[in-house]
Amino acid sequence: MAGPNTFRGGPDDRGLFGIHGGRFVAETLMPLVLEVERAYEAAKRDPNFAAELRYYLEHYVGRPSPLYFAERLTRQCRGAKIYLKREDLNHTGAHKVNNTLGQILLARRMGKRRIIAETGAGQHGVATATVCALFDLPCVVYMGATDIERQKPNVFRMKLLGAEVRPVTSGTATLKDAMNEALRDWVANVDDTYYLIGTVAGPHPYPAMVRDFQTVIGDEVRVQMMRAEDRLPDTLIACVGGGSNAMGLFHPFLDDPDVAMIGVEAAGEGLSTGRHAASLNGGAPGVLHGNRSYYLQDEDGQILDTHSISAGLDYPGVGPEHAWLFEQKRVEYVTVTDREALTAFQLLTRLEGIIPALESAHAVAAATKRAPNLPRDHLLVINLSGRGDKDVNTVAATLGVKL
Amino acid sequence: MSRIAARFAKLQTEGRAGLVTYLTCGDPDRATFEKILARLPKAGADLIEIGMPFSDPMADGPAIQAASLRALKAGMTLAKTLDVLRRFRKADNDTPAILMGYYNPIYRYGVSRFLKDAKAAGCDGLIVVDLPPEHDDELCLAARAAGIDFIRLATPTSDDKRLPAILTNAGGFLYYVAIAGITGTKSARAEIVAAAVARLRRHTGLPIAVGFGIRTPTQAAEVARVADAAVVGSALVDRLAKNLDRRGKAKASLVPAVLKDVPALAAGVRKARPRHPARAAQ
Repeated sequence: MAGPNTFRGGPDDRGLFGIHGGRFVAETLMPLVLEVERAYEAAKRDPNFAAELRYYLEHYVGRPSPLYFAERLTRQCRGAKIYLKREDLNHTGAHKVNNTLGQILLARRMGKRRIIAETGAGQHGVATATVCALFDLPCVVYMGATDIERQKPNVFRMKLLGAEVRPVTSGTATLKDAMNEALRDWVANVDDTYYLIGTVAGPHPYPAMVRDFQTVIGDEVRVQMMRAEDRLPDTLIACVGGGSNAMGLFHPFLDDPDVAMIGVEAAGEGLSTGRHAASLNGGAPGVLHGNRSYYLQDEDGQILDTHSISAGLDYPGVGPEHAWLFEQKRVEYVTVTDREALTAFQLLTRLEGIIPALESAHAVAAATKRAPNLPRDHLLVINLSGRGDKDVNTVAATLGVKL
Repeated sequence: MSRIAARFAKLQTEGRAGLVTYLTCGDPDRATFEKILARLPKAGADLIEIGMPFSDPMADGPAIQAASLRALKAGMTLAKTLDVLRRFRKADNDTPAILMGYYNPIYRYGVSRFLKDAKAAGCDGLIVVDLPPEHDDELCLAARAAGIDFIRLATPTSDDKRLPAILTNAGGFLYYVAIAGITGTKSARAEIVAAAVARLRRHTGLPIAVGFGIRTPTQAAEVARVADAAVVGSALVDRLAKNLDRRGKAKASLVPAVLKDVPALAAGVRKARPRHPARAAQ
């Protein structure tokens, strides 16, 4: 049985990728979600919108980000030739700003006067607070109390940028609860508020829209790899929490059958322990936060607590397009434990002088497992989605070092 | 005639609006909840909403979130919720029972198995907060086919353009969410609710119940003047929560305290004379 003609055609007009995605929201939000969709469709057709976005991506974010040949990491792995896509060098230190810029320009076009966002590691919160400062819009960021504790530098950064950080203590006090709380805020402030979702999840059109804003990553890799090696890469590797950096890297290559793709989920303390955040490898289809996808849940359909050393991957679900690509087997999804990610974090820091975010360290770990078994002319790209300065406290604590 | 249609027809004969109560199934534990549930009709509840607990109730405020978590912690599940309803039904064959909650537990249980079991348990209507008409093929159409009313929510954001979509497969009654917001937070002004209900009546012949922000007999009476029913949830859940001990267990005062509020609310609803008598349910 052949697969679809294209892996890049989704979603359909109901926002579905196969059975995943959709618009599973309360009626109060339906008109707003439909309004965002209409506004985004209009923006896509407007060359001025693209030009404005391009301008800020180049002059404010610093794009294109380099595709860097990691020579010492390659030598250490004795296999594939490893490149790093340096999203960590973007302004604010991660890929998140690609999306927040796109959405803030959309919110301005829609005449919205207040921005809300959820954040896990704080990277999306910082990227949202940053563009809100740039465009002088009030910003409220919902963040789980647990995450506030482990990501203090980012919390302070958001406050410096003028955002209000509201701690969320309900549920497990992490990213999923922050998203619940942001949805509750949106329902209560429908007139003036724009909800700036940070990953390829939520009700349609968010998964497709966030993906579109992040595909700048893969589009650049395509051009950069052609320039460096005169051909396309063989394997792409990226970490997957909600999955926006992975989707941004993968999507432009989905219809290139010779390009393999690996999404890396957080195995936490190990899949068998139940303390992990690997929704594709350890979850089941379900409906939460406006879309159908894979979720970690019990047999009664109650969403489970997750665990990962990396706050940005500590989410019980995954974007619906990943769920579809997983079922289509177009992308392979593997897992990496806290311990493996920590080792990769230290390895990349020592070998390349690059401190990766703990999220990105999951991708590095998967690459170091894969690369030794691949030929020397195999071109492997790791999406280095963020820098690790925000994680030094967590890493120090895990290594038993007092700062 | 379904129990919901029969109940609204009876209310119309009596020339009054109805009281709908909401409590989360299994809050704070199954035995206590079943005691309250069994006595709600006699206390004055005309229709009963039973919340199906969910770990992530996105449209609910702190009171009902906490209720859900208490129920789950005490071991409530969707299967047990259906069992609670089945037992209630053995003693009461007239009071309409509506299951309210979120889609994921139903999806996980299996839609057709759920509808079969819910119907057998005596469920008359479903309110599934995160299933808008765009997803009617998930559950709504099958529920109608199974003889269970799919009750729709209309909100202050439901304009004249949106309402036809909401009403297409709506059954039982139309639930008007009086505020743009989550449960148990703010209240809408009476004249705004009146205008909204009048607007809804131009679109539908279904009975209209109004909920969100109705906490007192006075507020219930105001709503009952214009609508066919008033829904009270968070206020009862709050009363329940105030009668828990430090470990979250029910005090002896809990059941009577919750049940004592119901006749007062019912009296508020009953003394209000509806200016727009309910039309016969379809």
